[in-house]
Amino acid sequence: MAGKVFAWFDERLGLEAFYSTVLDRKIPKVNWWFTLGSASLFLCVIQALTGVFLTMYYVPSPAVAYDSIQYITKGVAFGWLVRGIHHWSATLLVITLFLHMLRTFFYGAYKFPREMTWMTGVLLFLLTLGMGLTGYLLPWNQRSYWATTVATEIFGTVPFLGDFLFKVLRGGTDLSALTLARFFSAHIWILPAGVVLLLGVHMVLIVKLGISNIPGEDE
Amino acid sequence: MVKKTTSPNLSRRDFTKIVMTFLGSIMGAMVGLPIIGFIVSPALKTQELDDWISLGAFDGYPIGTPTLFSFTRSKVNGWERTTSSYGAYVLRKTESELKVYSNVCTHLSCRVKWDEDAHAFLCPCHDARFDINGAILYGPPPRPMDRYEFKIEEGNILIHLTGE
Ligand code: HEM
Ligand code: FES
Repeated sequence: MAGKVFAWFDERLGLEAFYSTVLDRKIPKVNWWFTLGSASLFLCVIQALTGVFLTMYYVPSPAVAYDSIQYITKGVAFGWLVRGIHHWSATLLVITLFLHMLRTFFYGAYKFPREMTWMTGVLLFLLTLGMGLTGYLLPWNQRSYWATTVATEIFGTVPFLGDFLFKVLRGGTDLSALTLARFFSAHIWILPAGVVLLLGVHMVLIVKLGISNIPGEDE
Repeated sequence: MVKKTTSPNLSRRDFTKIVMTFLGSIMGAMVGLPIIGFIVSPALKTQELDDWISLGAFDGYPIGTPTLFSFTRSKVNGWERTTSSYGAYVLRKTESELKVYSNVCTHLSCRVKWDEDAHAFLCPCHDARFDINGAILYGPPPRPMDRYEFKIEEGNILIHLTGE
């Protein structure tokens, strides 16, 4: 029965072919540094899942953002766990991504024909930093507030465009309800949309081009 | 598929599959069960109400006309204090006979209103009607109007508010 159901879908969707291209593809003999991409992907999925669940209780309004987070941490069953995972995995993700970049850089994996994989990767890294920046404001505590004050001021020092960027980020001159709302929107819609798009390209390229060998070793 | 799990026939591939399925299920449960708890958590917290509310002096209510007494109670839901309003219809029939109805329609919880001309409680939602004794005259409600338990202390009417 299960076999028949599978065959029905396989005939129409080409699942078998999908499986063999994605999972049974040939790879050179590599080492543990090559697991950092998968580790980042895993953490990214963890962020998406825990993030979606956090939105079930989190409210991006200055009046209650802090209270809603307190409620998640102290009132909701396993809220401390879901929030804790989101918090720590955000930090870990930046670390794994950075090490992953170092690995691809030092192994020369960014060279022809993989330049696009590198470029999408750089953008993914920047977007992830953006996720961290916008997420950090959401708990709306003293640390969030002042970290965002500083970060937006830093954008303000950009030559010529600084003042404009500063106001766009804050939604005006003050760090206000508008800032919280737009950071939330960026954190859960805009930046994740960019991540999904670029991650899609990044993954397709990896499957299509295969991964590079360790330099100096034979195939 | 695995047919025999005893040694020489268990291939490395099958062994890996079994171990992966086993460990995967444990990891899935470790993450999945807390998530279910996380989602249903507010449904499992109940705040029992058990209060005696004073509706004021018995003598202050007219005889023979159901009279509405409104009051509010608040509870903490998550990070918010939620205020709910309640309405009690006091019907002082004779000097000694007293009935206190809840104004919550027994159909789907809209609020009923006493209509002097119709001489009935009317529900605006699905056109239910209850007579002065709370009995169903017309419409979809499954049971007569609910009544509050009450007591009279020093001439004041007190009703018992229970539930969640
Ligand atoms: C690359 C992925 C992500 C990163 C790096 C990230 C990072 C962060 C950080 C650093 C915080 C502050 C947490 C704290 O200090 O406690 C946060 C909070 C939050 N994030 Fe994310 N996040 C990611 C993805 C998502 C996604 C996809 C969603 C939802 C669709 C989401 C929803 C939230 C919410 C609601 C909060 C506020 C709750 C809290 O502060 O604990 N996040 N995020
Ligand atoms: S709720 Fe009163 S008639 Fe339906």
